[in-house]
Amino acid sequence: MTIYRNFFAVVFLTVAVSLFVAAQEPVLVDGQNLIVLGFQGASAKDAIPSDDAIPRAQLIAPDKLAQELKSGKHKPLVLFVGPNSMYTQAHIPGAENMGAGSSDAGQEKLRERVKSLPKNSAIVIYCGCCPWGHCPNMHPAFKTLQSLGFTNVKAVYIANDFGTDWVNKGYPIAKGQ
Amino acid sequence: MSSKRIIIYGIVALCLLGIYAAGRRTAQKPKTTTSGNLAPDFTVTDINGKKLTLSDYRGKVVLLNFWATWCAPCRAEIPHFVEMQQKYGPQGFQIVGISMDDDVKPVKAFYQEYKMNYPVAVGDDKLAESFGGVLGLPVSFIIDRDGRIVKKFIGATEVSVFDKEVADLLSKP
Repeated sequence: MTIYRNFFAVVFLTVAVSLFVAAQEPVLVDGQNLIVLGFQGASAKDAIPSDDAIPRAQLIAPDKLAQELKSGKHKPLVLFVGPNSMYTQAHIPGAENMGAGSSDAGQEKLRERVKSLPKNSAIVIYCGCCPWGHCPNMHPAFKTLQSLGFTNVKAVYIANDFGTDWVNKGYPIAKGQ
Repeated sequence: MSSKRIIIYGIVALCLLGIYAAGRRTAQKPKTTTSGNLAPDFTVTDINGKKLTLSDYRGKVVLLNFWATWCAPCRAEIPHFVEMQQKYGPQGFQIVGISMDDDVKPVKAFYQEYKMNYPVAVGDDKLAESFGGVLGLPVSFIIDRDGRIVKKFIGATEVSVFDKEVADLLSKP
């Protein structure tokens, strides 16, 4: 009897500690907000780079975007802001290629594309060239849209890269220019 | 339940959690796949205007690295590759860099700045797709002396991992 009691005690404590630790990690829920369950501890901050210029509320998870696009309820304008060679290999169906958000050409094309749009247009930008914390394109593209006054911009939070977090997950892709 | 017993249970629980966390951390390391397939051959012009054909390196152990100047993890790997080329080159090792930059200009500047000692060419989507697609950088392939892909590394990889792979292959006849 004591053995069982000890066993259940260990299991209970393991689950309790696991839940506590899991609660420290940010979880993208419903694609709208990066909701941190439980305490907003150090690990939650570490998950997104501290110099991150994109508010958490503006992030959308790949699976949520895939669901939204599949359902057809929301039809945001999806803009790819990464390198051309990646877009040609695989991109989100319907996404338009702006070129690298870190380049002058990419910035210019982005400005040109959105200049006639209402400021509350639903716009989704994504890249996925590198792990999130190293992507040179997302922040410049996001800042540009922000500075132009767009209020409904979402950035796809691609933690690793587009291949890993979108293509390999089986979400739909298109190829070519 | 005594407080002593609670502490012991807590320690056991933390140990179990530690094992779980270690497993997760391992799973998050750069992905490696083994292939054994013959590496697709290609011919490109490198940034110095020379013809670069992968199969010309048959008989050597090759590290084929897809990278870009705007990719921070890629940039961090380059000095190590320069060292590896210097260290293992005389034993029959060759690094080939394929930049996925849209423009050759920054690649040339980077090449000079980092004193790269191996051929670099600018690749395109077709070349990337022939290697299964490069949808995120860096991606590296270790190719044996027979031209077969031994391993594929997705994401930044510890230099010690490359070092071991290359040293092992070079030690084989």
